[in-house]
Amino acid sequence: MNARKRLLISDILRLWKQGVAIVGLLACGIATFIMSTSTIRSMEASRDQYYAHYHFAHAWASLVRAPNALLDRILEIPGVTRASGRIVRQAILDFPNLSEPVTARLVSIETKSLDALYLRKGRLPKLGAETEVVVSELFAEAHDLKLGDTLQANLGGKRDLLHIVGIGLSPDSIYVVQPGLLLSDNRLYGIVWAPREKLEAVWNMDGAFNHLAVELENPADGHKIQTQIDELLSNYGGTGSILRDDQESHARIRDELNELRTMAFLAPAIFLSVTIFLLHMVFSRWIGQQRERIATLRAFGYRVHEIAWHVLQVISIWIGAGVILGVLIGLRFANALSGIYKEFFRFPEIIQVPFGWEWIGAVMLGAAVAALGAWSGLKQVVRLPPALAMQAGNLQPSAARFLALWSLRSTSVAKMSPILRLVLLRMLANPKLTLLSILGLSLGVSLLILSSFFQSTIDRVLEHQFSQCQRHDFQLTFDESKNESSMYEISQWPGVTRVEGFRAVPVQLHNGNQRERLTILGLDPNAELFRLLDTSNHASIPKSNGGLVITKKLANKLGVCQGDFVEVEVLEGVHRRLRLPIDRIFANYTGPSASIDRATLHEWMREGDRLSGVFLTLDPNYRDEVYQRIKKTPVVCGVLNRQATLANFRELLSRSTSAMRFINAIFAALITLGVAYNSALITFSERARDLATLRVLGYRQNEILWILLLELILITLLAIPIGIPLGYTFAYGMITSLDTDSHRLPMVFAPSTIAYTLSVIAAATAVCCLMVAQMASKLEIIHVLKVRE
Amino acid sequence: MSVPRRPLFEAKQLSKSYPMGDSVVHALRGIDLQLHEGEFVVILGASGSGKSTLLNILGGLDTPTSGTLMFRDQDLSACDEHALTEFRREHVGFVFQFYNLISGLTSLDNVRLVTEIANAPMEPIEALRLVGLENRATHYPAQLSGGEQQRVAIARAIGKNPSVLLCDEPTGALDVKTGAIVLDAIARIHRELGTLVVIITHNAAIANMANRVIRLSDGQIARIDENLNPQPASTLQW
Ligand SMILES: Nc1ncnc2c1ncn2[C@@H]1O[C@H](COP(=O)(O)OP(=O)(O)OP(=O)(O)O)[C@@H](O)[C@H]1O
Ligand SMILES: [Mg+2]
Repeated sequence: MNARKRLLISDILRLWKQGVAIVGLLACGIATFIMSTSTIRSMEASRDQYYAHYHFAHAWASLVRAPNALLDRILEIPGVTRASGRIVRQAILDFPNLSEPVTARLVSIETKSLDALYLRKGRLPKLGAETEVVVSELFAEAHDLKLGDTLQANLGGKRDLLHIVGIGLSPDSIYVVQPGLLLSDNRLYGIVWAPREKLEAVWNMDGAFNHLAVELENPADGHKIQTQIDELLSNYGGTGSILRDDQESHARIRDELNELRTMAFLAPAIFLSVTIFLLHMVFSRWIGQQRERIATLRAFGYRVHEIAWHVLQVISIWIGAGVILGVLIGLRFANALSGIYKEFFRFPEIIQVPFGWEWIGAVMLGAAVAALGAWSGLKQVVRLPPALAMQAGNLQPSAARFLALWSLRSTSVAKMSPILRLVLLRMLANPKLTLLSILGLSLGVSLLILSSFFQSTIDRVLEHQFSQCQRHDFQLTFDESKNESSMYEISQWPGVTRVEGFRAVPVQLHNGNQRERLTILGLDPNAELFRLLDTSNHASIPKSNGGLVITKKLANKLGVCQGDFVEVEVLEGVHRRLRLPIDRIFANYTGPSASIDRATLHEWMREGDRLSGVFLTLDPNYRDEVYQRIKKTPVVCGVLNRQATLANFRELLSRSTSAMRFINAIFAALITLGVAYNSALITFSERARDLATLRVLGYRQNEILWILLLELILITLLAIPIGIPLGYTFAYGMITSLDTDSHRLPMVFAPSTIAYTLSVIAAATAVCCLMVAQMASKLEIIHVLKVRE
Repeated sequence: MSVPRRPLFEAKQLSKSYPMGDSVVHALRGIDLQLHEGEFVVILGASGSGKSTLLNILGGLDTPTSGTLMFRDQDLSACDEHALTEFRREHVGFVFQFYNLISGLTSLDNVRLVTEIANAPMEPIEALRLVGLENRATHYPAQLSGGEQQRVAIARAIGKNPSVLLCDEPTGALDVKTGAIVLDAIARIHRELGTLVVIITHNAAIANMANRVIRLSDGQIARIDENLNPQPASTLQW
């Protein structure tokens, strides 16, 4: 081994603490990058393959009933390559060991259909075996359903027994969510695929369909073809078609991928910036210390680039280790993330894409970090003239400037204790190092804010939705609209304290070229169980004989203002077009929605008091009895249970976020440790002589320690007021990226977020203090004094 | 000058050895020595003879491998690091060859570093006056000459009113004339405060200032000379 190699190794060994911090932080940055990008790629690949192999449709439409022969006419529309018709209905399932009623989406099994069924286990129903069904995988898992189990169902007013022969998935239900809900609840809502003959018999749908799926030659033509489909279906009770963008499952995956993309950018950006800071700190300091050695080597005749190369090698070893470690950790994290996603999204198989451009990305990021972090240090090496370096004084250039500043000091500074002044002195004498330390720590603080603020946002939304807007215990949907006597009947159930009916009508809203398909909700003026509240809880009540009350999301989509008129195309019963004014626009956290006074809606619909469902509250003691009633009431085809939904939300969220939160807390602690400890390490080595002198003069060990800790604490205290706003800025970027069609999230500044952030920072700082104490106890007094400065 | 009978320091069979791999380096081998209040003692000896080791042990910076060292009634050889710190804090003033001033603090602040933690310190400016630098109180080390820096270091050492002033080659880095001024400052402190002063030097001429001259050789005391008529520093021939 030649001398230069030995020098390299000894340098790496001597700087091992700094090396560990830099490699660790770089690895975190690369790991979060790899985790996000490879998860994105694996999800996209899994999804795309699934879509392709199982013929995920491009457009869908619901209708009342159309003969199968209509499919041929749909195929005649230019650009349509395939069309399949299905029977889709909702029904209540009754699990004997579960008091709550469960809602199921029944889908007819078709041969050669779009959105084809993938069988995970078991088989398809045998020909003629009408009670055999396939259930969705997540639903089966939530209820621990096995092949051979039976399900009790309310089908068209009759109790029926269904036999599970298969467990499966379909590409239009990768994510399953009950209409009207934000998140999936696989316990209370699932998909059941049943033989066509069975559904035909129950709902009188012989040779007919009520749900259409269409494959297009060119998805870009979607909007044009949509109009033609809607026209064709208008005579069959079509309620308007949707494209992939509005398909629930597809939209969820898309939103999730977008969120991942934001994370793929934000988290690595934070880590890599800290790594750059740290590299810069350590490296400039090291070069500063090595001035004499470098100059000596130069005096021996070494060329500049030979020395620079040696220095670069040390850095490349760190960077290389960080990148490799980061990729390995990132792949592990990606695995863990897949585990979390598996609770929400189901594909026939998760395709792991082991190698990809993100590897090149990781290496490039590493190189960029190295270049940015090492730049000024290297410049110092190259610029160092040998002669000057030999007389390297201990007067740093900044010290001179500082002396001037110091001599102008005020009397209050003069009264300050020398120890405190010593600390301030060091911080001011090397302002760049101090600034970088503060910035690095504030990035750690910001990461904590970024990873924890979401909880309070979710809390706010849940509180708003489930305590303020929705105050019912149950929302029951009727099979088809019923008159008010059904409501009266329900109000007579034991334990029911209040019942309010609503009318839901599918419509298409038009404003010029803008249009939006949704369900208008007709509400009573005295409605208390379902209120239209804006984000500051001001209620909007649709006026009798008035117009629409719409959410801001809808107003933005349609491009309308208060007082404008929109065209309303009624998609139920006789298709008619009306012009209604926008009475009020209010901002809330949900997607586009529109409401109107119920009586007014009835008038427009030229119908009597028809109800689509009811909201009800009940005496908690009668909960089980009401459950039983719901299960036995054939007209009820869907149940939303507010309490269960809320509980499910909370559980899902805490399960999926707590792991991330924990990991992020560790990451932030690592940043704090890396930056704070290294800055203390630098202070220590710069000040070793002074500290040893103080020890000789009789200063106690803990007084010396205090000098080091004081600086650490000051830097941390300065970093907090920078890091918190920075964190909320990142959080704002995140919130903005999550602002989708289906929801809008509020930015909430909660004391608990700040408290959490501060306590993690405090804990990390405390650990760092212990490490510094350990370091300070190793101060070699005599040794330091023997050598000349 | 009368020499009180009661010794301030009393060393018995003081030894210090450093294990170096298989062998052992004996820095001190069985030193017996008494140092009294108000004495001015010079230690001479070849390089590597153990002078600094002895001084460091006297000053509580180091502990002997064997033997005992008493400071008044306190057994320093049995003290732990914590007790030694307290000993230094209260009783010891150190001056080194390389001044070791803290570069970011003024002369006065360097002195204040010590007076602030001592039990019965003198006024910081008073300490600077004793070394003749009261008018350089607001100057930074970088603005002072080497000799001046060393005098600030002396002021810092005596600011706490120590029982003993230990100087390890205080003039080692200085030219003759400046060295004389520094020695003068030490002598003045000895005269005015009556502090026990122990100076290590390579310069035998300095020995003329001392009450006693101790010659070390290979870790042992080779000779002790009493000097009944100490000379002021300014008259020394280098
Ligand atoms: N930490 C140590 N480890 C090993 N040996 C040491 C150590 N410190 C001192 N020595 C050895 O002890 C002996 C005495 O050292 P000391 O520093 O006391 O000498 P000195 O008389 O002060 O010399 P000089 O006049 O050169 O300063 C020397 O041989 C030295 O090598
Ligand atoms: Mg020595």
